Amino acid sequence: MSNTGEAETPEPGISRRPVEIATALLLIGLAGVVLYDSHGRGAGWDGGPQNGFFPARVGWIFLAASLFILWQSFRRPDGIFVTYEQLRQVVRVLGPLVLFVALIQPLGLYVASAIFIVAFMAVVGTSRWWSIGLTALIVPVVCFWIFELQFRVPLPKGPLEAMLGY
Amino acid sequence: MDDLASLIAGFQVALSWHNIGFMAVGVILGIIVGVLPGLGGPNGVAILLPLTFGMDPTSAIILLSSIYWGALFGGAITSILFNIPGEAWSVATTFDGYPMAVQGKAAEALTAAFTASFIGALSGVVLITFVAPLVAQFALRFGPAEFFAVFLLTFCSFIGMGRENRAKIIASLCIGFLLAAVGLDSISGDLRMTFGSTELMRGFDFLIVVIGLFGVSEILLTVEEGLVFKGKQAKIDLMVVLRTWAGLPRYWATLLRSAIVGMWMGVTPGGAIAASFMGYGLAKRFSKRGKNFGKGEIEGVLAPETAAHAAGTSALLPMLALGIPGSATAAVLLGGLLVWGLQPGPMLFVEQKDFVWGLIASMYLGNLAGLVIVLATVPLFAAIMRIPFSFVAPVILIVCAIGAYTISNSIFDIWLMLIFGVVGYVFKKLDYPLAPLILALVLGDRAEDAFRQALLGSGGSLGIFWANGLVATLVVLALLLLCWGPAGDAIAALRGRSRQDPETAEATR
Repeated sequence: MSNTGEAETPEPGISRRPVEIATALLLIGLAGVVLYDSHGRGAGWDGGPQNGFFPARVGWIFLAASLFILWQSFRRPDGIFVTYEQLRQVVRVLGPLVLFVALIQPLGLYVASAIFIVAFMAVVGTSRWWSIGLTALIVPVVCFWIFELQFRVPLPKGPLEAMLGY
Repeated sequence: MDDLASLIAGFQVALSWHNIGFMAVGVILGIIVGVLPGLGGPNGVAILLPLTFGMDPTSAIILLSSIYWGALFGGAITSILFNIPGEAWSVATTFDGYPMAVQGKAAEALTAAFTASFIGALSGVVLITFVAPLVAQFALRFGPAEFFAVFLLTFCSFIGMGRENRAKIIASLCIGFLLAAVGLDSISGDLRMTFGSTELMRGFDFLIVVIGLFGVSEILLTVEEGLVFKGKQAKIDLMVVLRTWAGLPRYWATLLRSAIVGMWMGVTPGGAIAASFMGYGLAKRFSKRGKNFGKGEIEGVLAPETAAHAAGTSALLPMLALGIPGSATAAVLLGGLLVWGLQPGPMLFVEQKDFVWGLIASMYLGNLAGLVIVLATVPLFAAIMRIPFSFVAPVILIVCAIGAYTISNSIFDIWLMLIFGVVGYVFKKLDYPLAPLILALVLGDRAEDAFRQALLGSGGSLGIFWANGLVATLVVLALLLLCWGPAGDAIAALRGRSRQDPETAEATR
């Protein structure tokens, strides 16, 4: 996959190396946190292995592997991690998705889904308004029927469901 | 032939109307899951798992394993008709499958793929039927040290046989282990790595991680390439099926070779993905028409499909007999067994005979049902791909969110799913393998328990892992597998064609 960026006509985008380095640094930081926590609680022997014993050892291997990945990332030929066009597409999905998850708490899952579908389909912008509306209505209702009525799995509900008596 | 009697009893369990119904539903759901981008075997099973908590375990596992079969079949449809591998293991199928579809031979390619899948899966099930009980019986003698050695073997073979960058496989495994360690420690009862957060006390549920890493991230990757799919038409009629079948015996050598490669790669957790590439590579090397591979050769469809399915099925052998899954989906199924209160491993064959043999019998029937259903319904499933993605994507994401929520009724889990989705997206782009992470996450606690118990028994001396012939053999085997890949690379480098093969394979993706 690393060489697809070079093979195609070069499109502007975020190059791979900084992302690779940032990820490696993040992993190193994570390994540091693990080691700090495990050794802090005791990673030695106290009539048996202490509870940090195993994580600490995994942590050291993890640290070594991440350092190696960091070193490798400088040696590899650079490529494109994601082109700006691709990134735009991803953000168009990720944005509504974050909104959706944020709305589940206050509005309940079903209403949030309807808003999510409207937001998503409007942002992507390939559908007619009536099909957006219909989808936003039908999908939550079908979900409600399957999960709430058939499987009796309680999903987060908000003011609208309370108004309807569920 | 105690086992045969058990198997027949198993067929009686699996052949109830109730369970056949679940089988059909499972296969159809599985094909949908396999066809749709963003829903794969592992997270399809993960999403449905919470819905089965209330069911009878045998029916539940039949439903879930049928989803697995369906997903294995479904991956081939998109590979051949759309040149989009629905699953990673069907990447190799696109090499010859799509050219065949372009030449108007889509129906032949699909029939060949499904039949090959069926043959592969069947050889895997036969292997399970005859070998799993033996392995389980053998494993009854295992103590903690031996079990840890088997875990070690699993992880080492991942590192040694993996196609990805080895440091990244190791990092991925470590992340899995560390995620598994978060929360309540089962031996000491202490909290680990929670940093005072009450949400982290429960630890990371592997189902959430699976849904995020395999589901959400897959959607993000898919939308990168735009939101419209262009595919070829296919209609399968009986004549084409029969004609293709009549031609298959000619390729018995390819089928046999791929089946063996697949079974081997499935049992050792090399996985279906590696197996499909190996099957394809070997067929290309040995076939008389090897030069035509890549231009629409039916053998190039048969080889990877047989291998992938033999591997995918055989991956359930170590899961059942040792409690060690050979693939990500097997890991999710194993998680399911634990939820239903069944401890996978050698004791399962003793204590839960009905369950085990019911499951094995359902594997035969499920694959047969899968073949029939998939042949009959290809046009329908190809039509799913024509539904606009702007409609499909939000529905998949909503289903993912519902799946994440229902595991423990926590909205925090949906956020976690989202975070793991982004992590999975970055990891996939950077070629970090995800299957080792899931495997380590599922096995982490048990590997750690085995390790600590073994050390407790020996008073802290690592000598326990050399103490007897059995455990020493396992450890040596693990280390050999660990060195296998690096040694192979070194030899290839000396020959001056270092890493050529993986790169050509990458370039054709």
